[in-house]
Amino acid sequence: MAHTSFASLLADAEVHGSLAAAALALEVLETGRVAEEVRAGMRATLGVMRESVDAGRAGRARSRSGLSGGDAALLATGARGPLAGPLTEALASALAVAEVNASMGRIVAAPTGGASGVLPGVLLTVADSLGAGDEPLVDALLTAAAVGGVIATRASLSGAAGGCQAEIGSAAAMAAAAGVEMAGGTPACSGHAASLALQGLLGLVCDPVGGLVEVPCVARNATGAAVALAAMEMALAGIEFPIPFDEVVEAASQVGRSIPPSLRETARGGLAVTPTGARLGHGASAGEG
Amino acid sequence: MTRQRSLFDVVGPVMVGPSSSHTAGAVRLGLLARAVFGSTPAHARIGLHGSFASTGRGHGTDLALVAGLLGIAPDDLSIRDAVRLAEQAGLCVDFVDVDLGQAHPNTARFELSSPDGRTATLEGSSLGGGDVVLTRIDGYDVEVTGDLPLLLVAHLDRPGEVAAVTAVLAEEAVNIAGMQVSRERRGADALMLIETDLEVGEDALARIATAEGVTGVRVVPAV
Repeated sequence: MAHTSFASLLADAEVHGSLAAAALALEVLETGRVAEEVRAGMRATLGVMRESVDAGRAGRARSRSGLSGGDAALLATGARGPLAGPLTEALASALAVAEVNASMGRIVAAPTGGASGVLPGVLLTVADSLGAGDEPLVDALLTAAAVGGVIATRASLSGAAGGCQAEIGSAAAMAAAAGVEMAGGTPACSGHAASLALQGLLGLVCDPVGGLVEVPCVARNATGAAVALAAMEMALAGIEFPIPFDEVVEAASQVGRSIPPSLRETARGGLAVTPTGARLGHGASAGEG
Repeated sequence: MTRQRSLFDVVGPVMVGPSSSHTAGAVRLGLLARAVFGSTPAHARIGLHGSFASTGRGHGTDLALVAGLLGIAPDDLSIRDAVRLAEQAGLCVDFVDVDLGQAHPNTARFELSSPDGRTATLEGSSLGGGDVVLTRIDGYDVEVTGDLPLLLVAHLDRPGEVAAVTAVLAEEAVNIAGMQVSRERRGADALMLIETDLEVGEDALARIATAEGVTGVRVVPAV
């Protein structure tokens, strides 16, 4: 088992020098694999993330239902709004992976298939901005996984159990913490970033049109990435969120249990039951025969 | 039984989308069913319960379950072509919606058969994030996660069977991580499930197979 609280991860980071090193040390201890083997595994994971980003940004991903695909390419190659730059790049890459996922392409669940775009969207963009290579990214994935492990222990990573906050919210917290560490922030600063990200998505419901991981899931990977970047920027500026991350996770767990089943991946509430959502959902399942 | 969790379960697995529960988990259930059956079946009737029945086809759950029965891994893009590949492999599949009562919403039932007359009925659930559990093997209640290699021993329900099997494992230096014994009724057929840290070797397998009262042995690799 990974770290079961952010407090214990922080304490280990004091000893090992960083959240990534603390996460790696525990993984080595518990699995019996050597550190280089674990890092090689994460390097391979990173490779899959890159491939999915490239495929999605090139517009190659189209889903069986026709409800998603092609939006990442619009952002990557076309429109340039006033915030063009790292934000746009992160949104494009997050959409890219989510579209590849919806098209039955190969992705890294991070922490789930439905939320697989946030981590690559944020981390690959931050690495590009910093001019960082693969090793800092491997560290970032280790940190992100450790933060996700804390959430898995104290709350849930499943939309059916905790709503979309458990998927996109968790992914944003993982990405924000890892992004801060990659940018040179302290372990405590990563904790604030994770808290800031998750508080921004607390209560987010899971309401997939037609029960498919497409609308709004694909777009939510992009908006989740934006929340993670916002949390990073705030934390790196020295903003501290007063509620510790472990307690924010407890809150997410409690909120998740309070979300009615109709808004937890059953397609019986929210956007799924709007007139258009219902029509699209019906069309999608009819189209598949 | 034992659930191995590592950082790679949180950032990972590498999988074919769209859903870790409805796609990747479904492939793993198919792989487990195949391994317990011992080969690619010639016929598979797959019952879909709950969310597997209502939203499964949109998630490719049907393709994923068939892919698993063919031995295709959760990160293999050929999952998309599973139906065509099944035809090539001589596997005939039909799907039915089933109501398994209080079973987990993501549950599938496999009724498998082969031309040599072997049959098996299995039930399993996909719990989220790619975690799965096989809950029924023929008449037996089981809990098989596929996270560790498993030794299945069919035997007669009588004293000394567990000791005989575990003695062989001890002599072959195979560490036991978890164990269950399930029986149809007292004194009848029983099933022993032993999770091991390493896959049980050929020698140990042969010795267990010839032990008195043992009627069948099978190794189910981790999936």
